[in-house]
Amino acid sequence: MGLSATDYIAALPEIVLLGAICVLLVAAVFLRETRDAVLHYGSLLTIAVMAIITGFLLRDHQMIAWHGNFIQDGMGDVLLLFCYAITGAVLVYSRPYLKERGLLSGEFYVLMLMALLGAMVLIQAYSMLVLYLGVELLAISMYALVALSRDDGTASEAAMKFFVLGAISAGALLFGMSWIYGLSGTLNIGVLSAQLVGSSGTSIGLWVGLGFVILAMAFELGAVPFHMWLPDVYEGAPSSMVAFIGSVPKIAAFAFFMRLLVEGLGPLHDIWMWLLTAMAVGSLTIGAIVAIAQPNIKRMLAYSTINHAGFILLGILAGNALGYRAAMFYTLAYVIMFVGAFGVIILMSRSGFEADMLDDFKGLNERSPWYAFVMLMMMLSMAGIPPFIGFFAKLEVIRAVLDVNMTWLAVYAVIMAVIAAFYYLRIVKLMYFDHAEDKQPAIKAPADLRLLLSVNGLAVLGLGLFPGGLLALCGIVFGI
Amino acid sequence: MIGLYHYLGLGGVIFAIAMAGIFINRKNMVLLLMCIELMLLAVNINFVAFSRFSGNIDGQVFVFFILTVAAAEAAVGLAILVVLFRNRRSINVEEINRLKG
Repeated sequence: MGLSATDYIAALPEIVLLGAICVLLVAAVFLRETRDAVLHYGSLLTIAVMAIITGFLLRDHQMIAWHGNFIQDGMGDVLLLFCYAITGAVLVYSRPYLKERGLLSGEFYVLMLMALLGAMVLIQAYSMLVLYLGVELLAISMYALVALSRDDGTASEAAMKFFVLGAISAGALLFGMSWIYGLSGTLNIGVLSAQLVGSSGTSIGLWVGLGFVILAMAFELGAVPFHMWLPDVYEGAPSSMVAFIGSVPKIAAFAFFMRLLVEGLGPLHDIWMWLLTAMAVGSLTIGAIVAIAQPNIKRMLAYSTINHAGFILLGILAGNALGYRAAMFYTLAYVIMFVGAFGVIILMSRSGFEADMLDDFKGLNERSPWYAFVMLMMMLSMAGIPPFIGFFAKLEVIRAVLDVNMTWLAVYAVIMAVIAAFYYLRIVKLMYFDHAEDKQPAIKAPADLRLLLSVNGLAVLGLGLFPGGLLALCGIVFGI
Repeated sequence: MIGLYHYLGLGGVIFAIAMAGIFINRKNMVLLLMCIELMLLAVNINFVAFSRFSGNIDGQVFVFFILTVAAAEAAVGLAILVVLFRNRRSINVEEINRLKG
């Protein structure tokens, strides 16, 4: 029962990250003047090293390690690479914002990397125990991140709400897992799937387990019926934390769905498909309609996230490789757009002023044509207008749904996307056709932030013009 | 004779009590945290019962992990509660309503 070298190689990115977190934690305590720079560049260096390791390990076959608790496969590796890129982008975007607010402490970097570690463990987990540990590591780090601005009443309120709902969802997840474990006698995902195929008929207990587990997954992804935390957390938490909370955990949530629901409970697809359909319809509706009434852009983007979660669910519920590919493509497209939109919000904020109301975007084109254009690309892409990446993401998902003959669902999704387009286009109108009410100073930002934000904006356009590469990558991991 | 389903019934009832406590309780935030702990303990009963009656040890290992993680979660939760109390001077659930929409 010993461990071999392949076990350590499969988990090498996690091991490197954990070691780096320990080093940075000690560095944060002992360094004085150079602390911020060392932590910042140390974190980015760690992410770069992990990206190289994952790049070397990238294969299209799967390797199960750690006595069946851990998996390294193509889907996991691609998702990991995106997690690294997004975390790195958030670190660069956040630095000036947090510095002005006095929040740039050692804890921020350690918690961000811990949350990344949780997401990575979740992505590569192959047993329910490891899945649970990944979920909790990610969630607990995020609670602390939201509460990091200690003197802000709204941030601590948001953290409390996030914590209570997160803890309830963790309880539901465990309750569901206990039933699934009890009736199948295994925690391992592969064995679980084989058992379900072998057994004839399903018991009520398994349905209970499935229901509770899906509730917990809805929390992770921000889908109805566990979507209530999103608007409060987005509004209350500092913008740079939201840029992280809205992106990397969504990639992890997609992996969570794929591992437990598709790979583990795949034989029960006929049952969970209908639960997911209900969740998708609810998320699409609430995300499209409630967002219209929001004066706060962070709150509006929270409802937009719920709407996107509905689209991701559409791809997963299709239940074939085409659907999974579409859902993965949508998830990756969504996180790129989301991080870019929050990058612009962070860029416009300065000390004592949060650019979080829609009115703050009035006349942005006069003050900064280029960043107005970046925001325009993000909004049009989220609305699903060609030639941006969001259009192809929506197209693929809807094709997958049509492929399994759920035409009504596809039509409903398109209607909701059209309604949602209204509030994205409203931001475009505010930026280009309205004038700022009061004179606002020019936008100042360090060169690395401006460069990365421009790259992020152009990525949305570039991947929209040439979606083939990313789509093929998502296809290869599902064997298309 | 006490069988598997008695334990599962107990676990289910405790879980339901915890859920009810979370949703009915409108006064005290500390009670909320206690209900969350109760929920995890109900799950532990389930895991141990399933593990004992099926002769598979994995469930009991899982319980140790749940206990450990629950301690970490409670620590972060109480820390957030202290921060919230310092900012608001109240731990009344009904007063935690500044974020709306």
